[in-house]
Amino acid sequence: MGHLSYESSKTIATKTILILAFITIFEVVFALLGKGYLVDGFYISGWITGGMMILLSIVKAYLIVYEFMHMKYEVPGLVRTVLFPTLLLVWAIIAFLAEGRYWLGSRENVKNPPATESSSGSTPQGLLYELPENSL
Amino acid sequence: MASDTMTDQHHHAETKPSWNGGAEPFKASYGKLMMWYFLLSDAFTFSGFLIAYGALRFSMPSWPVPDFVFSTFPGDFHHKPLLFVTLMTFILLASSFTMVRAVQEGHRENKMGVVKWMLWTIIGGAAFLGCQAWEWNTLMGKEHMSVKINPFGSHTESGTYLEGDGHDIKEGDTFKAGDSYLIHKHDGEWHPLKYRVEDGVDAGKEKQQQFGPKAFGALFFFITGFHGFHVLTGVIFLLIICVNSYTGLYVSRKNGYEMVEKIGLYWHFVDLVWVFVFLLFYLL
Repeated sequence: MGHLSYESSKTIATKTILILAFITIFEVVFALLGKGYLVDGFYISGWITGGMMILLSIVKAYLIVYEFMHMKYEVPGLVRTVLFPTLLLVWAIIAFLAEGRYWLGSRENVKNPPATESSSGSTPQGLLYELPENSL
Repeated sequence: MASDTMTDQHHHAETKPSWNGGAEPFKASYGKLMMWYFLLSDAFTFSGFLIAYGALRFSMPSWPVPDFVFSTFPGDFHHKPLLFVTLMTFILLASSFTMVRAVQEGHRENKMGVVKWMLWTIIGGAAFLGCQAWEWNTLMGKEHMSVKINPFGSHTESGTYLEGDGHDIKEGDTFKAGDSYLIHKHDGEWHPLKYRVEDGVDAGKEKQQQFGPKAFGALFFFITGFHGFHVLTGVIFLLIICVNSYTGLYVSRKNGYEMVEKIGLYWHFVDLVWVFVFLLFYLL
């Protein structure tokens, strides 16, 4: 973008691709290690591997957008108009994942209706149909 | 003085014919700006798909383990988790790098440099599509996964198999909760295996493997398919712009091969989306 000489922008591109490749290898090895494929009987909690991978993917996204797509060298106004709307997604992700968890609970409630005071009788209250015996 | 300004404006209009509305917003040409906003809207489309994937995955009691589902490699290799998809990721990353090089050569008006690096990018994109075709073919043709049927399931309790499948599972093999399996199909018939449950409320009961969540196949084919469609479109546009560069169309424009820069933005975006598809479908 005219801000950098040809040689220095070439160096930056090479450096960036090497970092991206390194992060990708690290992610894959870490995923396999955490799930017990590399060392027998050795596992890492899914929260740690998952969190680490999400974090590293965001680093990769940053490198691609800021170095490869030259976002770093654009004026602040352009950066803001592109990045601020994507922040709305943070809420969408939280809301829909929470909704997914709720669906899971609802499915469980349909399969195994929670015991209520009146459920000691033969007909479960609040259900319009009787669950067939083999529905499990 | 007045005539100087006139010629200045005239000169300006000649070299930059596409913008005549005064100062350019954000010091970026209208084409590049619109490419950014197109990519922003595209990011929302992909996010919609990926968020649907997350919500549905969270709503299922079990989900096929990706290391089990995506573990084949060309040459009849099995149980090589993530190997093939890592190769695909590297192909796409490499093509992103060659694209950066093409843009840099464009900035110094080096025609043959632009053409050379764009050709490498096209080869990378085509190789990625070839890999994806192989992956889809394996899933659909050999493992019989489709948008409607997902033969990949996950056990929710541990147990012992009462029969073998003639592939990896033998009679008497045990499994734990969370282990994945593939229901095989021979001669148009599905062959779910019977097993005895070893723990939990159903301990001692005999059960049969169930098909995995249907949404898995549908989401996988739609999301990777939509991404693959972006790669395909990208390759077509790269080809057109590569030919245009070769014929010298952009030399006369003297704008540092801006067209190459614009398709570069698109190509990096495709790579960016793959980072998240890779994360959600294969790593997590």
